[in-house]
Amino acid sequence: MRRIISLLVENEPGALSRIAGLFSARGYNIESLTVAPTDDDSLSRMTIVTHGSEQIIEQITKQLNKLIDVVRLMDLTEGRHIERELMLLKVAAEGVAREEIKRLVDIFRGRIIDVDGETYTIELTGPGDKLDAFLAAMPAADILEVVRSGVSGIARGERSLRL
Amino acid sequence: MELTGAQIVVQSLKDEGVELVFGYPGGAALHIYDAFYSQEDVRHILVRHEQAATHAADGYARATGKTGVVLVTSGPGVTNAVTGIATAYMDSIPMVILTGQVPTHLIGDDAFQEVDTVGITRPCVKHNFLVRDVNDLAATMKKAFFIANSGRPGPVVVDIPKDVTAHTTNYSYPKNVRIRSYAPAHKAHAKQISRAASLLLRARKPIIYTGGGVVLSGAAKQLTTLVERLGHPCTNTLMGLGALASDHPRFLGMLGMHGTYEANMAMYECDVMLAVGARFDDRVTGDLKKFSPNAKIIHIDIDPASIGKNVSVEVPIVGDAGAALEQLLDVLDHTSVEQDTDSLGQWWEQIDTWRGRDSLGYDASDEVIKPQFVVQKLHEVTLGDAYVTSDVGQHQMWAAQYYGFNKPRRWINSGGLGTMGFGLPSAMGVQLAHPEAAVACVTGEASIIMCIQELSTCRQYDLPIKIINLNNRYMGMVRQWQEFFYDRRYSHSYMDSLPDFVELASSFGHTGIRVEKPGDVEGALRDAFAQKDQLVFLDFVTDQTENVYPMIAAGAGHNEMVLKPLPDGSAPAERELA
Repeated sequence: MRRIISLLVENEPGALSRIAGLFSARGYNIESLTVAPTDDDSLSRMTIVTHGSEQIIEQITKQLNKLIDVVRLMDLTEGRHIERELMLLKVAAEGVAREEIKRLVDIFRGRIIDVDGETYTIELTGPGDKLDAFLAAMPAADILEVVRSGVSGIARGERSLRL
Repeated sequence: MELTGAQIVVQSLKDEGVELVFGYPGGAALHIYDAFYSQEDVRHILVRHEQAATHAADGYARATGKTGVVLVTSGPGVTNAVTGIATAYMDSIPMVILTGQVPTHLIGDDAFQEVDTVGITRPCVKHNFLVRDVNDLAATMKKAFFIANSGRPGPVVVDIPKDVTAHTTNYSYPKNVRIRSYAPAHKAHAKQISRAASLLLRARKPIIYTGGGVVLSGAAKQLTTLVERLGHPCTNTLMGLGALASDHPRFLGMLGMHGTYEANMAMYECDVMLAVGARFDDRVTGDLKKFSPNAKIIHIDIDPASIGKNVSVEVPIVGDAGAALEQLLDVLDHTSVEQDTDSLGQWWEQIDTWRGRDSLGYDASDEVIKPQFVVQKLHEVTLGDAYVTSDVGQHQMWAAQYYGFNKPRRWINSGGLGTMGFGLPSAMGVQLAHPEAAVACVTGEASIIMCIQELSTCRQYDLPIKIINLNNRYMGMVRQWQEFFYDRRYSHSYMDSLPDFVELASSFGHTGIRVEKPGDVEGALRDAFAQKDQLVFLDFVTDQTENVYPMIAAGAGHNEMVLKPLPDGSAPAERELA
């Protein structure tokens, strides 16, 4: 089962490697991991997307909570939530394909943010499966480069992860 | 008061009430060593190898419950210490390890004796710190001691660059410490305690299974009271021995891979299991698919991550073992529920049948020394009151099975990591903590060699440890597995070119005694323990072919034990096993 776990961690060197090390040492998988500072200088916010059985997910959250650097933890997938991921991709766009790709970008509510004679650079935001769907719709041969930010997420409504 | 970082380290140790530090000097730690030179409040014990410093501090911590303290230099000082840090981590032993580091401006430069200490130790510590500013030093020391010896205890590394130990600042040791992300539970949830009590009172085939957590929590008394109040059978893990006296009528012996027949069968057949401070380790459970198929499990542990990790639990209880057991006793004091004494009586009859199999029986011999016999005699000679450390292997299992521990903190061994070389240095820590006590290191000729250099430390500090070397000229446990599972191909398990241990001991200034006949065992032990101020190395030449029984092969269930061969040499019939 796919889970999105959000963490507030001490903004200290070593916190990231403690968390990444926990996943590798215990054989848990990480689909994506993002981390950046927050409005509170002392805290970073981390979003981890992982897969596992109920029991594995329970262990992951317990083991994460045990780390001294982890201040708060929330499994976003336990409630209503929003997930977003940013994707930048460069595609070959020549001749008739130029129009076709532009239409596809419009359908997915993406934006073409850079253009030259042979390529488009596209920005697309959304849940991970939307980005997957866009990639599936693009002819594979035309894709030159893909950069994905990894998932960020936030709970809907009043539920929030803060001190 | 304006102090250097080095002086702050020493002053913090004083303010923390530390009496002993085990260490070995080197470049990056020299300022700290200089600060040790001009004071006498904190005693420094100079070991001969950093691994031994960690094991000695570990033994001290296990025997006392206080935090063991280690001081080593950067680079190889740290890497040598890692085995001991991991040993303490696996068994949840409170330790603070202070490590010298290259000066901050050289960190990351591949400087002389530089390693990424925080990186190398990260997977085997409860937490670690790199102190980059002398102004953070005192607070970090305070945090380190707090983290090490609260909640589920464990080792904490404080890495201190050399320039930080030279810088000065105004020193005051914090009185309190608050870490916003760390608040270990103490008392258990009252509702869960009530649920546990109700399950226990209605149990027809109960078992209480306890581990090292009961010893660490100091909950032996509460456990004994509970066992007596309920009249339930109790088994201990390797780490939990001594929490219930071995001669208590409700005690079934150790469980697990080399546990007794009655303990393992009771685990398999039970309908309600109360697990306290135990973590359902693979050596305890065997095959999880065959683990206690009918049991409703209550699990008390200070670490929420230990609960539900390997087996699913009916009643999870997060809290300190002692506090939770007291809450449980309190509920039992006020209950009107009657126990099902008929069912309990039948359960005990069944257990007594299993006991009748005498799974720890062995064939005595007049010709050759049986290792089990030596351990039994050790119990007799020390009146069961010695501190016993061990290394890892057959001798460890025999010490656990045959010594008969009646008090907690008397049995000191590397249970989780299984570290050969642990026995002698940990005995040093125990002896320094309890100078008047009888301390025995039960070991084997392969294990003792791994930290044999510490005989020199024992000489320097006059530590009258008694080394009980069960010398079978094999890495016995390896040989046993090769006999059982590798068709007797004894690949590299034979100890060739062994030293003369009597001469070896004497070259370090100790007494050595070789014992070759069963009839001489008791006399030699009495002789050794009579020498109150002398380390005695007893080299028992034991039966080379002896195996540890009973045994559950890795991956088998509790009901699939291999018992010792019958007198005619044949294996017991299968029906007897299940």
